[in-house]
Amino acid sequence: MLSMNQLMPALPEIVLACSCMALLMLGVFRGDSSTRSVSWIAVLALVVVGVVLTSVQSGRMVAFGGQFIVDDFAHFMKWLIIIGSSLAIIMSINFNEQESIARFEYPVLILFATLGMFMMVSANDLISLYVGLELQSLSLYVVAAFRRDSLKSSEAGLKYFVLGALSSGMLLYGCSLIYGYAGTTSFEGLATLFKGLGGTGPSVGLVVGLVFLIAGLAFKVSAVPFHMWTPDVYEGAPTPVTAFFAVAPKIAAIALFIRVLTGPFGVLISEWQQVIVLISIASMVLGALAAIWQDNIKRLLAYSSIGHVGYALIGLAAGTEAGIRGILVYMAIYLAMNIGTFCCVLAMRRTGRMVEGISDLAGLSRNQPMLALALAILMFSMAGIPPLAGFFGKLYIFLAAIESGLYTLAIIGVLASVIGAYYYLRIIKIMYFDEPAEAFDRSISGEIKIILVGTTLFVTFFIIRPDIIVGGAGTAARMLLAG
Amino acid sequence: MSDFPILSLVTFLPLVGALAILIIRGSEEVVARNARATALWTSLITFFLSLMLWTGFDRKSAAFQFVEKNPWIESFGINYHMGVDGISVLFVLLSTLLTPICVLASWEAIKTRVKEYMIAFLILETLMVGMFCALDFVLFYIFFEGVLIPMFLIIGVWGGQRRVYAAFKFFLYTLTGSVLMLLAILAIYLQAGTMDIPTLLKYALPTDIQYWLWLAFFASFAVKVPMWPVHTWLPDAHVEAPTAGSVILAGVLLKMGAYGFLRFSVPMLPIATDIFTPMVFALSIIAVIYTSLVALVQLDMKKLIAYSSVAHMGFVTLGIFTLNQQGVTGAIYQMLSHGIVSAALFLCVGVIYDRMHTREIERYGGLAERMPVYAFFFMVFMLASVGLPGTGGFVGEILVLVGLFKVSTWAATLAATGVILGAAYMLWLYRRVIFGKLTKDDLKSIVDMNRREVAVFTPLLVLTILMGVYPGPFLEIIEVSVANLVDQHKIAMSAVNALSVAGQ
Repeated sequence: MLSMNQLMPALPEIVLACSCMALLMLGVFRGDSSTRSVSWIAVLALVVVGVVLTSVQSGRMVAFGGQFIVDDFAHFMKWLIIIGSSLAIIMSINFNEQESIARFEYPVLILFATLGMFMMVSANDLISLYVGLELQSLSLYVVAAFRRDSLKSSEAGLKYFVLGALSSGMLLYGCSLIYGYAGTTSFEGLATLFKGLGGTGPSVGLVVGLVFLIAGLAFKVSAVPFHMWTPDVYEGAPTPVTAFFAVAPKIAAIALFIRVLTGPFGVLISEWQQVIVLISIASMVLGALAAIWQDNIKRLLAYSSIGHVGYALIGLAAGTEAGIRGILVYMAIYLAMNIGTFCCVLAMRRTGRMVEGISDLAGLSRNQPMLALALAILMFSMAGIPPLAGFFGKLYIFLAAIESGLYTLAIIGVLASVIGAYYYLRIIKIMYFDEPAEAFDRSISGEIKIILVGTTLFVTFFIIRPDIIVGGAGTAARMLLAG
Repeated sequence: MSDFPILSLVTFLPLVGALAILIIRGSEEVVARNARATALWTSLITFFLSLMLWTGFDRKSAAFQFVEKNPWIESFGINYHMGVDGISVLFVLLSTLLTPICVLASWEAIKTRVKEYMIAFLILETLMVGMFCALDFVLFYIFFEGVLIPMFLIIGVWGGQRRVYAAFKFFLYTLTGSVLMLLAILAIYLQAGTMDIPTLLKYALPTDIQYWLWLAFFASFAVKVPMWPVHTWLPDAHVEAPTAGSVILAGVLLKMGAYGFLRFSVPMLPIATDIFTPMVFALSIIAVIYTSLVALVQLDMKKLIAYSSVAHMGFVTLGIFTLNQQGVTGAIYQMLSHGIVSAALFLCVGVIYDRMHTREIERYGGLAERMPVYAFFFMVFMLASVGLPGTGGFVGEILVLVGLFKVSTWAATLAATGVILGAAYMLWLYRRVIFGKLTKDDLKSIVDMNRREVAVFTPLLVLTILMGVYPGPFLEIIEVSVANLVDQHKIAMSAVNALSVAGQ
């Protein structure tokens, strides 16, 4: 029988699940007029979950018969997800009202997605992995199409759903192959099995299963060649949803990626390393090149995120503690940069309507110098120019790559970052060098301002004490690999 | 006194000034006036503070001085470690000297977005000074690459017609080199387990990786210097940058590459340095001769001076890689004098550009009639650029040539032709702009330099002459550190030779 003690590790998830359902009921009974309060309560719930997370967590624990695992790694990632999700809700409140798509389902769906992500991060079994992934994905499909009367948004949702279902299928197929050849779905069981293989390699069926699994996960992190949905979905979805897509699900999927590959499949690194190296290179290069020709800021950010995932995957390809630490640092910085940038995108409104063209930013430095400054700092950071935070993200990643002897990957990576710098600079060029276009509405809400200022300050002053993040990431990485 | 964080103060005081400017509010005119004043005072105070380095510097020691060391990123073993030796201290002074001059030179030339302009310059000063003081690899890299941000904006926002192209070219060229250096830095860290530069200066890296590391460093520094054939960003950047931007670019930023060779490539990678020296010589000699020839046919004054910079920096790289006392000392001296002289020459162009809004040589002629003071200043700097005895340019060039002669007669002979070509293009430029009859109508009302402009040029003039007739105080600072550098290199090489002899 389950006792309370066994449930303790999953307490944050339980709290989250209960608040989801409570809020859903509140919303249903009160109708759409309650959207604002439901949203703020959802944020509050996430804060409470954060508090619970901090108070419960210590060391490595498993629950539900080993299907669910909690450790410092999960802790770190869950924090990032909480930050991403709550900021995404806050960013949406005024936006959804302005666009008259304010519906109470939105925060509730985000909470359900967050719950799914929590499960993904803590998955310790192929089954719980899949359950978490699907809970997340299904919620995301709906929020992608949240603006029902917009063709683009519906298209985004549909595209995401069809391709997402395909990738889930592949992932599930991979899981079943692995189960078929290994006889277990538990990560610990798999790890023991592979360690026992000794000199003889794994059977072909297992490797094929692993490849399918990687393909499914690569879709979720939108790594090339499974990235096709990203630009369309980013463009079509309402902007706060895009901001959410860019951070939280990606962080969760990267966490899952790391846990699966370094955990049960850790000893098979020679089998998967080359695959990761390949998709990492492809993502970095395509992300850098394809973004150059984009005119829509959201599409540009989509390619930018593809590129960023490529860099994060360098750390995974290294497969070492330094590599994982690098990814964690990278994702934390990536979260701040992206949320900040999407706040700037939200500020791009003219006569009450969103504009998304990059050329609409022309001369922003004259019309709104502070907004332009913030976006410029974020862009320089995304390009990885010191002394901004983005540089440190890359620094730790490349350190891991060199340490693991992945010299070619590192060199391609830095060269791709130079190409990538071009399109970030292009945004700065448009804001600072070009003649001013028509000014934006001065209707940035207070919350957005605070988030923007906060993220920009984080990105700027990360340099002063990087150890606050890096230290935590280091502990998390160590614990993951020790287990 | 020893605890006084003078280097941090000199480095970060401009940043404080930049923050102060950032919070200035009011009408555009008020903001501009206050921004100018704040920037000038901040940079002047910084300069006077930095003079403490000159007075307090122990000329007999090759060790790093004014050292500050605080833990910074412990997970990486990175310290906030600052210090200067005979190689770097004068560059700190050069940076702090040129910044107020730049601010003053932009007083009237910059009319739009003065606030942002001044902020960019002060941030630039912080980064430049920090780069010369940094004694930790990551710290160095952050300053080194951070320079790109303000410079990109300075060229792009306040530049000329093709400013966007020039700014992008500058940024992307330099970035490409830098990121490769970053990988080399990480590789050194993993090899030696530290990012501390003084420690690494004594660390012997394995021979087989030295070549790769050297090439990675070379990629970065060669672009920065710039060496032929990666110099093409420089003429574009110079032509498009506002006057003060060119001044800083020629005066300080070009020195960052050569400084990198001196600080890292030569002492840390002695074996690779030895192997690649002929290549550096070849590229430098091509730079000296080829860019001098290119300079001869330029129609744009700034472009001409930009090409002459490439040629002069060719002398610097030649001097560094002679790896003897005269050559290296000469290279450093040449950098300092070039820093002052080329800065002054760009300012000279700026003076008439501000009046006529053209840099085409064709449009001028006979300026001596209306602008005698200007003609005098321009003459001194032009002759210093040529390397006339009695000016700073001479001392550096002759030392480099002496040092080079010891190593390779051929290289010295070829480099010396560069001096002749240098005289040719500079004198010709001067003739076309200053002498002759003043026939062009729009020049007939041109006015001579005002007091502010004279104030800008006077310190540079004094220094140029001083460095020419009394180089002692400057050489005194440089010599000991250079001797140490050269000795260390000899020791490293003899150790390698002993090993290979023993192996046979």
